[in-house]
Amino acid sequence: MPAPSFPKYFGRVFGGRDGKSVPPPDKGDFKLIPGNELPSQMDAWWWLVGAVVLLIALLMIFKPDPYLKIVRFVSDGLWITILLTVISFVFILIVGIIGGLGRIAKNPVIHFLATIYVECVRGIPLLVQLIWWYFAAPVAIQSFGKWINFAPMAEYRSNAFVLAVVGLVVCYGAYMSEIFRAGIQSIHKGQIEAARSQGMTYMQAMRYVILPQAIRVVLPPVGNEFIMLIKDTSLVSAVAMADLTRRGREYMSAHMNPIETWTMVALLYLILTLFFTRVLVWLEKNRGYEK
Amino acid sequence: MTEAPIIQIQDVHKYFGRVHALRGITLNINAGEVVVILGPSGSGKSTLLRCINHLEVYNTGKIIVDNILLKSAQNINTVRREVGMVFQQFNLFPHLTVLDNVTLAQKIVRKRDPAEAKKIALDLLKKVGIEHKFDCYPGQLSGGQQQRVAIARALAMNPKIMLFDEPTSALDPEMIKEVLDVMLALAKEGMTMVVVSHEMGFARAAASRAIFMDEGQIIEQGPPEQLFSAPTQERTKLFLSKVLQI
Repeated sequence: MPAPSFPKYFGRVFGGRDGKSVPPPDKGDFKLIPGNELPSQMDAWWWLVGAVVLLIALLMIFKPDPYLKIVRFVSDGLWITILLTVISFVFILIVGIIGGLGRIAKNPVIHFLATIYVECVRGIPLLVQLIWWYFAAPVAIQSFGKWINFAPMAEYRSNAFVLAVVGLVVCYGAYMSEIFRAGIQSIHKGQIEAARSQGMTYMQAMRYVILPQAIRVVLPPVGNEFIMLIKDTSLVSAVAMADLTRRGREYMSAHMNPIETWTMVALLYLILTLFFTRVLVWLEKNRGYEK
Repeated sequence: MTEAPIIQIQDVHKYFGRVHALRGITLNINAGEVVVILGPSGSGKSTLLRCINHLEVYNTGKIIVDNILLKSAQNINTVRREVGMVFQQFNLFPHLTVLDNVTLAQKIVRKRDPAEAKKIALDLLKKVGIEHKFDCYPGQLSGGQQQRVAIARALAMNPKIMLFDEPTSALDPEMIKEVLDVMLALAKEGMTMVVVSHEMGFARAAASRAIFMDEGQIIEQGPPEQLFSAPTQERTKLFLSKVLQI
C-alpha cells in the first residue's frame, strides 16, 4: 500500500515523512506559531511612515501658507506633548510597579489600599480627573494649609504642568498597576521558590528574579499604554496646558482654517505614535530570550 | 559525645485547607546521612521536604535545622542559606545565563564579590560537567543539563544540607543518569542529602536510609536494601511491587 501523501509542509512541522530527513525551511513555509519576525508588518510600517512624512513635507513645501505656518505655530505645543508624555510615563511605571506589588501583597492593609486606588481611579473619566486636579486640588491644598496653619500650603500657587503630570500619573498608574500585577502573576511560582530557597528576601527575589521576567511579559501592554498616553495628553488642553491640541485650536480660531489646521495636527500625532511604536517593537525584540 | 541531628522534625502536622497532608511526622537526620523518601503521589513526601526549608508553613510541631528553630522570618532566611534545594522543574532563572544563575544568590545573599562568585561558579559547573555552557541561557540546554546547573546553583551557597524534590522525574530516561551521577558524587563527599525520588538504583548505591511514606505518615524506614527486599508493612510491599514492576 502506498504511504499516504502529506502536503509538503507536514514535513517541516512533524519531522520528515521517512522519519529522518527534515526538509530545509524555505521562505513562505508556514509556522505553527508565527513570531514577530513577519516581514510584511515591517513593510507596512515603513510605507506608512514614509507616506506620512512625505505628505507633511510636501504640504509644507508646496503650500507653506498655511501648513508651514501651522507647524511653526504648534511646534512648542508638540514639544509640551512629548515632554508631558515622557515625564508622566516615568512616574507611571514607578506607580505601576508599586501598585502592582500592592495588589498581590499578603498584607491586608496594603492590598486594601492598592485595590481601592485602582478601582476608584478606573471608574472616573480621565478628563474629569484632570479637571479635578487643575481646578479643585489647589483650592483643597490652600484650604487645608490655612486650616493647619501651614504657610507653604496655604499660599500654594498651582502649576499647570505639574498638575497635568499628577493627573496623568494617578490615572495611568492605576491601569499600569493591573498590567504589572498580571505580569508578576504570570511568572511561574517555582521561580520565587527557587530564589527564596537560596535565602533571598521577598524584595530581592522580586527585584532580581521576578520583575526582570515580568517586564518582558508586560512590554507589549505597557507599550500600548504609552501610545494611548501620547493621545490622551491631548485632554490636558482642557486645563490650560498649551499642548499640541490647544495650540492647534488657537491657530484655528485666529485664522479660521479648520481643515488645514486639524489635518496637520492629526498628522503630527500620527507621526509621533508611529515613531514610538517602532521604538517599542525594537525594545521587545531586544529584550527577548529563549524560554 | 554524639552531635545533635542536623535536621530534627518533631510531630509535624500540616493542613492544606481540610486536607491533612502531614499527620505527625517525627524524623531525625544526622549530618552526612543520605535519606531517600519514597511513597505514592500525594503521600506528603514533597510537602515534608518543603517544610524543612519553610517553603511550606507547617501548622503544629517543630522543625529544627542546624540548631535553629524555624519560626521567624529572620531564622528562615538564615536556614535557607544553609539548605540547598533542587526542584523537579529545575526552576532556573530563564532571563540569566548559566553563570549568572549560579552567581546571583552568592552575590546578593552571601555578599561575595563578583570575581570570587564567578570562580566558585565555574568550579562547580566544572564539577557537574557543564562548564562549557556557562554563557548559554537555560532555554538552550537539555533537561539533564538544566538540572545539573540547578544543582551547581544550590551548591554555590555552600549548603550543609541538600534537598532534592524528585530531581529526575521531569527528565528523559537517557538524561537521568547524568544527574544521578552528580548526586552520587555529592553523596560520596559526605553531603547531608534528603532526596524524594523513586530511583531505586540511586537509593541502593548512595542512601544510608530509605523512608516509605503514605497518607502523610512514615510507614517504614530502614537501610534501602532491607526496605526494598524485605519490607515488613503491607502498604510498603504493595507500593514496591507496583514500582518494581516497571
